[in-house]
Amino acid sequence: MAQTFTKTMARNIFYGGTAFFFLLLIALTFDTLGTLPERDNRAALDSPVGSQIKRGKYLFETNDCIGCHTLLGEGAYFAPELGNVYVRFGNSKDAIIGFIKSRPANGIPGRRSMPQFGFSDEDLDALAEFLKYVSEINTAGWPPNIQG
Amino acid sequence: MKYQSQGVAKLYFIAAIALFVTQILFGLIMGLQYVIGDFLFPTIPFNAARMVHTNTLIVWLIMAFMGAAYYLIPEEAETELHSPLLATIMFWVFLAAAGLTVVGYLVVPYATLAAVTGNEYFPTMGREFLEQPTITKIGIVIVVLAFLFNIGMTILKGRKTVINLIMLIGMVGLAVFFLFAFYVPDNLVLDKFFWWWTVHMWVEGVWELILGSILAFVLIKVTGVDREVIEKWLYIIIAMSLITGIIGMGHHYFWIGTPEYWQWWGSVFSALEPIPFFMMTVFAFNMVNQRRRNHPNKVATLWALGTAVMAFLGAGVWGFLHTLAPVNFYTHGSQITAAHGHMAFYGAYVMINLTIISYAMPLIRGRNAANPPKAQMLEMWAFWLMTVSMVFITLFLTGAGILQVYMQRMGENPESFMAVQDNISLFYWLREGAGLVFFIGLIVYVASFFVGHDEPEAAE
Ligand code: HEC
Ligand code: HEM
Ligand code: HEM
Repeated sequence: MAQTFTKTMARNIFYGGTAFFFLLLIALTFDTLGTLPERDNRAALDSPVGSQIKRGKYLFETNDCIGCHTLLGEGAYFAPELGNVYVRFGNSKDAIIGFIKSRPANGIPGRRSMPQFGFSDEDLDALAEFLKYVSEINTAGWPPNIQG
Repeated sequence: MKYQSQGVAKLYFIAAIALFVTQILFGLIMGLQYVIGDFLFPTIPFNAARMVHTNTLIVWLIMAFMGAAYYLIPEEAETELHSPLLATIMFWVFLAAAGLTVVGYLVVPYATLAAVTGNEYFPTMGREFLEQPTITKIGIVIVVLAFLFNIGMTILKGRKTVINLIMLIGMVGLAVFFLFAFYVPDNLVLDKFFWWWTVHMWVEGVWELILGSILAFVLIKVTGVDREVIEKWLYIIIAMSLITGIIGMGHHYFWIGTPEYWQWWGSVFSALEPIPFFMMTVFAFNMVNQRRRNHPNKVATLWALGTAVMAFLGAGVWGFLHTLAPVNFYTHGSQITAAHGHMAFYGAYVMINLTIISYAMPLIRGRNAANPPKAQMLEMWAFWLMTVSMVFITLFLTGAGILQVYMQRMGENPESFMAVQDNISLFYWLREGAGLVFFIGLIVYVASFFVGHDEPEAAE
């Protein structure tokens, strides 16, 4: 690099640039937090089924559903997207419950298999309620179609 | 090795390599489960294998970063490490925590692991890459804090160099952004928003500082180029990393409930993220061309150049491929993501760690400068086997991804996820084949630590 460009200048660009863009990130974050109430379906969390949604999220986490599935496109790519599964299953909680409940304990020969988790009826309802809540988040039109 | 205490790095490097082998074994298991769906089901369900694969990856990378720091910081500071004993104790704590966690993933259902580790009192489990039980996470924080104290004290009492400073900033950043792993709100959008403050801020932020400082250290050593020149490059590269990478986080905020303006911020800034990786490539080749000495450790130089090239390809090129919002709309969460994830992690962070190990291990083991030619030759074979097969893994996954996106997300009659996966299984078989070659390369790599070491060491 040219002699006129000194190490001190490079250092100042590093500190100055980092500080500036980190502050910009903080500003954008505050703006985003302000707009989220209209998009993130938080009303559902305060509704009568709110506690079920929260329970459903906890079950989703503690059974590592994300280890096979994507949720809003993040996670593993081994099994179908779950962010819109409520819509794919015809806006039916019962269909989701039926599916999870009916997984054979030893899998399906030759096919990628989902475990039988042995959930109680309340747990199944909570999971379905959580997946319904997720499907109602405003995701800027993603996924491109119902297949997720 | 100039200072006795640099030797603690050895423990960290050996454990890192052992975890690396574990990681790849589980990668192969998953690769098979992709095509033989019920392979090992329900004994090792896919998600358990995946946790082992990704968590051992992250832990071994951090372990090797720590080993690198314990090696290079005393040398740069021109003083002994503050406390080698603390470094040794923390190594065993770290290894025990990692080992127990992996065993937990494999022997009990994840929900049981959550229950026995008291997750309900402080829930942090069950998010991608951050699946560790809360107590493991707390363990990691303790280990990292002790580590920061140790290297911080060493830096304070010794010579202050840019490399040490950047390494320290990178490691402090690693610790700070890990704290977001403890924030798991009920609101899924907030949850995802701040999850990236750990995951993105690590791999496209502070880890690049660690990468840069290790690369700069090794280049100074193997090329003999003036420190002033290398430090200037280091500053400008990491400046570009953070200037583009911080707002570049927006490329993860396109479709998770966050406002649409992120499509602009994310696309524009992340499209610039390849620049620092490109500069790294130019930097490494320039320094090697201007070298003032022919260091006998040829293979360490090869790893350094390989890192620069593969990090640019994996992070820069494969990252750019799907980072613009209109493209990402179709590729989000597809095999394209997996293709990029593999090459970027391998090219940037696996390879930089293998670079420092390649440079430092011979010295720690008592060589003057390098391993004997035969051992180096074997290591070069390992370099090419692993690197070329990783290129193929990436290409096969990219092929799978393009077809997946086309069949499942475009056109008149999109097919279901499972049907599409069946259609493209050929690519997964090919990926598994390339993965086997990768594993052979890894065995050759491990062998290079044992074979040919009774011969005289390589000279200039
Ligand atoms: C070991 C991997 C694995 C885990 C863990 C897993 N699943 Fe699945 N899941 C699958 C597979 C594979 C399918 C596709 C099954 C099929 O089509 O035969 C599936 C399908 C589904 C479907 C139907 C999707 C569709 O579009 O057809 C739902 C709903 C679902 N899973 C929910 C869950 C929930 C909730 C959890 C966590 C409690 C979970 N899964 C955990 C592998 C897994
Ligand atoms: C050093 C080499 C490797 C690195 C750095 C690596 C890294 C990773 C990472 C980061 C992920 C998470 C991917 C994501 O979320 O996008 C992953 C997943 C995976 N890896 Fe690897 N991996 C390596 C080698 C392998 C090998 C050799 C195989 C098998 C042949 C393999 C098979 C898989 C599979 C099947 C997944 C799961 C993808 C999914 O979520 O569906 N990996 N790996
Ligand atoms: C060494 C640096 C990098 C590493 C290790 C890395 C690794 C990864 C991994 C593992 C994922 C998958 C995350 C998940 O599971 O959800 C990912 C996603 C992504 N990366 Fe990178 N990355 C790096 C740099 C970059 C750069 C420089 C760019 C842009 C130019 C980029 C663009 C993206 C995008 C757009 C996604 C989202 C994919 C999706 O929508 O599914 N990455 N990266």
